[in-house]
Amino acid sequence: MIKKIILMGNPNVGKSVVFSRLTGANVIAANYPGTTVDYSKGKMRIEGERVEIIDAPGTYSLVPSNRAEEVSVKMLKEADIIINVVDATNLERNLYLTLELLERDIPTIIALNLWDEAKHLGIYIDNNELEKILDVPVVPTVALTGEGIKTLVSRLKEARSNEKIKPTSDEGRWIEIGSIINKVEKVEHRHHSFRDIISDLTIKPATGIPLAFFIIFCAFWLVRLIGENLINYIFNPIFNQIYLPWIYQLSDYLGPGLLHKILIGEFGAEINFIESLGILTTGLYIPLAAVLPYIVSFYFTLSILEDSGYLPRLATLVDNIFHRLGMHGHGIIPMFLGLGCNVPGALSTRTLETRKQRFIAATLLAICIPCMAQLAMVFGVLGRFGIYYIGLVFLTLIILYIVIGLLMNKFIKGECPEIFLEIPHYRRPSFKATIKKTWMRIRWFLKEAIPYLFLGVLFINILYAIGVLQWFGNLVEPIMTGLFGLPGEATIALITGFLRKDLAVGMLLSFDMSALQLVIAVTMLTIYFPCVATFTVLIKELGLRDMIKSAALMIFVAIIVGILLRIILLGF
Amino acid sequence: MDKKSKLLANVHLDEEVRIIAIEGGRGFQSKLRIMGIREGQKIKIISRQPFHGPITVAINGCQMTLGRGMTQRIIVEEL
Repeated sequence: MIKKIILMGNPNVGKSVVFSRLTGANVIAANYPGTTVDYSKGKMRIEGERVEIIDAPGTYSLVPSNRAEEVSVKMLKEADIIINVVDATNLERNLYLTLELLERDIPTIIALNLWDEAKHLGIYIDNNELEKILDVPVVPTVALTGEGIKTLVSRLKEARSNEKIKPTSDEGRWIEIGSIINKVEKVEHRHHSFRDIISDLTIKPATGIPLAFFIIFCAFWLVRLIGENLINYIFNPIFNQIYLPWIYQLSDYLGPGLLHKILIGEFGAEINFIESLGILTTGLYIPLAAVLPYIVSFYFTLSILEDSGYLPRLATLVDNIFHRLGMHGHGIIPMFLGLGCNVPGALSTRTLETRKQRFIAATLLAICIPCMAQLAMVFGVLGRFGIYYIGLVFLTLIILYIVIGLLMNKFIKGECPEIFLEIPHYRRPSFKATIKKTWMRIRWFLKEAIPYLFLGVLFINILYAIGVLQWFGNLVEPIMTGLFGLPGEATIALITGFLRKDLAVGMLLSFDMSALQLVIAVTMLTIYFPCVATFTVLIKELGLRDMIKSAALMIFVAIIVGILLRIILLGF
Repeated sequence: MDKKSKLLANVHLDEEVRIIAIEGGRGFQSKLRIMGIREGQKIKIISRQPFHGPITVAINGCQMTLGRGMTQRIIVEEL
């Protein structure tokens, strides 16, 4: 059997960074508690022996208080060796988990991480004395730069279970911790630094709220700036000047027929990357040239926000609003992550404590938070008509987020505990880490999105070819026209949207609808159902029963909103 | 008690006080203690969000945001 080594520690102490240092594997790390919500596994070799390393979600104690922490405690049962990653800037609080772990009689080694930052803050820890007291190896590390990691690896074989520390009560542990801290830690008084001033300014409401608007505005501005330039100067030139001539050649070579229809689109018509609906035209262009550039720019910007440590401060500022919607400030994290892709957003709902909070967060995410693919759809379809129409869609989504949140908070049973969140010190994001993280998320997007788009294009072309879609479109035409003021063909776009929302763009454009009709169709497409990938994750996160409820709510809301918009925008 | 005791919720901004008791269920108490909010510790309010919003405190070199309701169950004394 391969030995299992498990990384355990409080949230936001750098376990994931230690993990990627040890294994070379890529995992997402950020500067807020609860970045890792599931475990990741990796392999490494220690003196010729293969071992498995597991990065568990952070936990403050072995009595879990949310689902991410439950995962952690479960992992512990399989551990042969524990690497307890401890935050040197906050030794006292971290030692609680350390003592709990040492009571378990599993061989343990301690990585005293953030060693440089502790010194910077004027905190001096006698690691040799700590090692003597705890009777297990203690290694100071700076995971971000790799300092101390070699020593950690070479001392892994010294990991041992502690003989002195016996299971005790909470009070017993606190007394023990107090006496340890007295012996090993010296704190020098330090003046207010520049970092502290920034920290104060961003969390006090009078300055923090205006700054929050400013920071979010800048973030979106940066996303747009990077995304637009990537499209104009890199992706569009590649597609139009290099790829398009090649496709025309292929078109001539293939000639008319079903294969041409599926690969490229209608034979003889001008090739249009958005409307042609072939696997090699629309199927490649939309994910690569319309969505990917924004995924790149969005996750790049989000990485900077995450690693700086700003998000927990933002969570504090918005807590009040989110509390009324049945969550608490931490609910902004699924919302932000979801703007890139709903899947990581759905996973991050795990850090919310109760079932009610998770249900509300996940349902609102699926209904009201457009992912980059949906945003590409909104801009792609409505951009040509002007900002006013795009604004209508966003206004509808914002109103829905608030109204549905308020209603769910009122009618769903269950508790919504108050926010209780650690505010980390600000850190300057490292350029290398930001690039690496952005790349990992992009790779993940490509792996998820492209197969579905290909499949979607293929599927729709086949259904078109055998006439199923036209038949279905005619069948529901009275409903579509009567209720939502849309042509029957729009149904086809709605069905396609289940596979990939961005694929529906080309279809909607080819139907010859008015701008206001398109606003209705796009809004309904955004809210009625998440894509297959999100749907699967939500079933896992919420359980089948809650997911059915959530899905029913989504469809219900989509219908109501469709009807309302029709009345408001088109009249009777 | 010779020193004045009050609820953490009512402490002035930036005034340092000492925690003397935490009220509430066992789970609540131990949750706070595990995060470092314990009897005997010095604590200070950094910010208070409007409309009964959460409170951010500094304790033992780190900062934490907690709900207003929680701060009404933490009893402190003036230093």
